[in-house]
Amino acid sequence: MTSDERAAPPPQIVRRHRLSTRLWHWLNALCLYVLFTSGLGIFNAHPRLYWGQYGANFDPPWLKLERFGAWWTLPASYDLALSRRWHLSFALLFAFALLAYMLWGLVNRHIAGDLAFRKGELRPGHVWRDIRDHARLRFPRGEAALRYNVLQKVSYIAVIFVLLPLMIFTGLSMSPGMNAAWPWLIDIFGGRQSARSIHFIVAWLLVAFFLVHILMVLLAGPLNEVRSMITGRYRLPREREA
Amino acid sequence: MNSPIVSRRSLLTGITASAAGLLAGCDSLARDERFRKALFSAENMHKWLQRSLQDRDALAPEFGFDQRSPFFRGNGTLNPRSEGYKVLWRSKFADWRLQVDGLVGRPLSLGLAQLQAMPQRIQTTRHDCVEGWSAIGTWRGVPLKLVLDAAQLSTRAKYLVFHCMDDMGGGADYYESIDMVDAFHPQTILAFALNEEPLEVRNGAPLRLRVERHLGYKHAKYLSRIEAVADLSNIRGGKGGYWEDVAGYEWYAGI
Repeated sequence: MTSDERAAPPPQIVRRHRLSTRLWHWLNALCLYVLFTSGLGIFNAHPRLYWGQYGANFDPPWLKLERFGAWWTLPASYDLALSRRWHLSFALLFAFALLAYMLWGLVNRHIAGDLAFRKGELRPGHVWRDIRDHARLRFPRGEAALRYNVLQKVSYIAVIFVLLPLMIFTGLSMSPGMNAAWPWLIDIFGGRQSARSIHFIVAWLLVAFFLVHILMVLLAGPLNEVRSMITGRYRLPREREA
Repeated sequence: MNSPIVSRRSLLTGITASAAGLLAGCDSLARDERFRKALFSAENMHKWLQRSLQDRDALAPEFGFDQRSPFFRGNGTLNPRSEGYKVLWRSKFADWRLQVDGLVGRPLSLGLAQLQAMPQRIQTTRHDCVEGWSAIGTWRGVPLKLVLDAAQLSTRAKYLVFHCMDDMGGGADYYESIDMVDAFHPQTILAFALNEEPLEVRNGAPLRLRVERHLGYKHAKYLSRIEAVADLSNIRGGKGGYWEDVAGYEWYAGI
């Protein structure tokens, strides 16, 4: 904020995010935190990854790591049973919350109205302009700030409809009970150890999303952005002067 | 309103501090008895969901011989230390017996030759350790259902407890338990051979349980006795298995 803005008329406050979006956002923040840290705790029990149906110590891993340290894992000291308890209970919460969010998003038109691409948005020219704006940290102002821009939409759609479901379905594929219930599921991923590898990779893609997400919030004005996700109220950034 | 620079810095500090605080908070939360109970109750939800989605006799995936692991590793006890086990092993388990008792009409004491004379099932399945690794192998054994029928299992029996010969320390032998859904499942067998060889000691010689819709720790090795019971609370630590009692693993190991 520059000093000459202080003399300007009071900022326009608008309702930005629905209650359902805000609740889901913070529940997700909690779930992904617990799932990631407890997931690393589980990974520590066998820190090797394989492709295919089987994989154990005498088979060649494609990735072999040291155990993640205490500051990464839940609980801090190695406890596979407790990591699993955390992971498997928050997995339920997370999966059913995602399902509810998707269904509710269809009903209240959050998906069709806010997330779906609009006509012309995917034109290369438009996408390129959005990329350039992001690179120059020129964020939308005025009314345009109330809509997701195309890069935001691409990343939200990828996370909500691709990465998060992938986490859930690869997770289910690792459960022997689910293998008997839905044998086709594990075939999609090419075996249990492949599912485990994909689960691990996608977890880190979600961490990458989280980091970029936080960076964007910091650059766009953290107080205003965080407030809008808590109370729903958002101070509209003033239009740039021509 | 603060200048953005200060708020950004304080936000960053806030995120770091709260992440560290959250981890410590989670650890102390997990020690709270009520929270622990809630956390542990997810197991029942998973069990209910999985059993709702599964046919009672839904089979675990089976594989071809060419899909087997080149080497089937062992886990847990690899070589039982008790003198009793060593004596049995030296005589190639000629003197070993499997007791079947508890809530049964006709208690049994079966030798290896008797078991091997019964109808058998061969299945090439994937063994999934709770630690995360998997190995595929071919198991040969007697369907548990045949043994239970021969023993005239009582309708009052709700669980089977599998007592093992490996001392886990302090004289506590390994044990596990399953319910009747898994006891009568077609792939639940008492296996005496892996990849067409008699079981190696590391894989549970002379006899182990295969209960294919569960993680590895359910598949009790070095069996000596199957006890039919009405409930598990009076058995050992009361949670239905060695690791369930000692470490807090889920009794329902289909997850």
